[in-house]
Amino acid sequence: MSETILEVHGLTMDFGGVRALNNLDLDVRSGEIAALIGPNGAGKTTFFNCLTGLYLPTKGDIFLYRRDKDKKISLKGLKPNKVTEHGLARTFQNIRLFPMMTVLENVMIGRHCRTKAFVIGAFFRGPRTRREEEEIIEMSHRILEKVGLSRFENDFAMNLPYGAQRRLEIARALATEPVLLLLDEPAAGMNPYETIELVNLIQEIATDGQSILLIEHDMKLVMSLSDRIFVMDYGKKIAQGRPEEIRLNPAVITAYLGEEVDA
Amino acid sequence: MDYFIELFFSGLSRGAIYALIALGYTMVYGIIGLINFAHGEIYMIGAFTSFTVATILTILGLPLLAIIVLTGIAAVVWSASYGYTIEKIAYKPLRHAPRLSALISAIGMSMFLQNYVLLAQTSDFLPFPTLIPDFAFMEPIAHIVGSTDLVILITTTVSMIFLMVLIKYTRIGKAMRATAQDRTMAMLVGINVNRVISATFVIGSSMAAIGGLLIASHIGQINFYIGFLAGIKAFTAAVLGGIGSIPGAVLGSVVLGLTESFATGYVSSDYEDVFAFSLLVLILIFKPSGLLGKADTQKV
Repeated sequence: MSETILEVHGLTMDFGGVRALNNLDLDVRSGEIAALIGPNGAGKTTFFNCLTGLYLPTKGDIFLYRRDKDKKISLKGLKPNKVTEHGLARTFQNIRLFPMMTVLENVMIGRHCRTKAFVIGAFFRGPRTRREEEEIIEMSHRILEKVGLSRFENDFAMNLPYGAQRRLEIARALATEPVLLLLDEPAAGMNPYETIELVNLIQEIATDGQSILLIEHDMKLVMSLSDRIFVMDYGKKIAQGRPEEIRLNPAVITAYLGEEVDA
Repeated sequence: MDYFIELFFSGLSRGAIYALIALGYTMVYGIIGLINFAHGEIYMIGAFTSFTVATILTILGLPLLAIIVLTGIAAVVWSASYGYTIEKIAYKPLRHAPRLSALISAIGMSMFLQNYVLLAQTSDFLPFPTLIPDFAFMEPIAHIVGSTDLVILITTTVSMIFLMVLIKYTRIGKAMRATAQDRTMAMLVGINVNRVISATFVIGSSMAAIGGLLIASHIGQINFYIGFLAGIKAFTAAVLGGIGSIPGAVLGSVVLGLTESFATGYVSSDYEDVFAFSLLVLILIFKPSGLLGKADTQKV
């Protein structure tokens, strides 16, 4: 229990003269829900983009530990599809589904990186390809059932209600069988009822042993869900610890509410 | 009435050829947002490959069916490898450059290939062997529908169905659709986008090669310039139907083929292109996104 699965050392990301991430250290342990919080513009999404290979960090290291394979993998500089293959999957703050594909297809496509058949398999459907395809469909059914989207299976993703689209994004990420699931503001724009459903879903996924790192603005949600919290401001980590420690941390309060001015 | 039906079928088979080429334009546009102006040249190379292979095989005295099949395979493989290489050389390095750069690279590639074939082969028209015989069972209606038209229609229909199944049901098809809809996200679910783009070029080029084989044996002669004209027409057809849309490319091609055929038959063959491009102008004025294209509303 509690072995480190993700380790980030001194991660720095410059955009021209702007230092979006400044020497950031972070680690996620197996089976936990870790949260990354911070005011707008603190660099949280930039951090996710660096992890998943969309940005090439200026400095620093990112390591993913695959305990099952006894391997330590450096993710820095890998292409996004390789990063996904190694075991990171993410969702976006603004939903990015494949709008013109069905719900089932959206999930199935997440399995792509875990299967072998490609172009050849498309033309010559051997028994293995067919078996693989059946397994993918079966697994996608299971995931959809878990996130409660079974009845939408054959609808286009774009026609789903907002909350369901969010859950579909999580389902698609889960289909890649990630070592670590990255959620970028999963509750953004949700109504209170949808948020509660989402919290339940995230907890359920975590109970299955899925490690999660999430970015979130909703303090209540973060405090109730997370095992550990990292706080960022202006690209730097200003605090880390358990929810109750963070709640009382003066640096965090200052970052969120501003400094107290003596009259 | 016979005349009308004759024009209808000749327009249909003309449209079918356009469709085979237009699909390449529309698929590539759908996935990387690039008008691949070298695509017409792929078709021309397909025709030249067919010419060479068919001539050699005819001299060797193989049976007709074997010649057609082997020629088809050779044209597909050769054109596909050209398509693959063009993408790797001329477009991949410009993937993150402004769109205009890739477009100019495409035009350059098109000119290069035309002149390459001109120098490597000849500027003369080459007589293409008649591969498709006049079927006996077509005899009673031969004055209306030619055997070649029939073969073209059947081949095209089979190719379309094959493509449709590929895109709808196979994994590579799903990956292609995903890449077209959101390339970054496709990478993030683990799709090797470079491979998908290569596959798109290979599939599009194969279709164009089949078109090259069919039209060459229909018209009976080829030269290095046929790709340019066919490319422009097929591109027109793709835009007509809504570029990026696969059913749109087919519909646009059929509409264009019929328009040309009727214009030739009832007005004058001199006016063939006038009608074709007038139609394009009209469609672009009244439905700029094409017949089946979706209006692309930019978020502001």
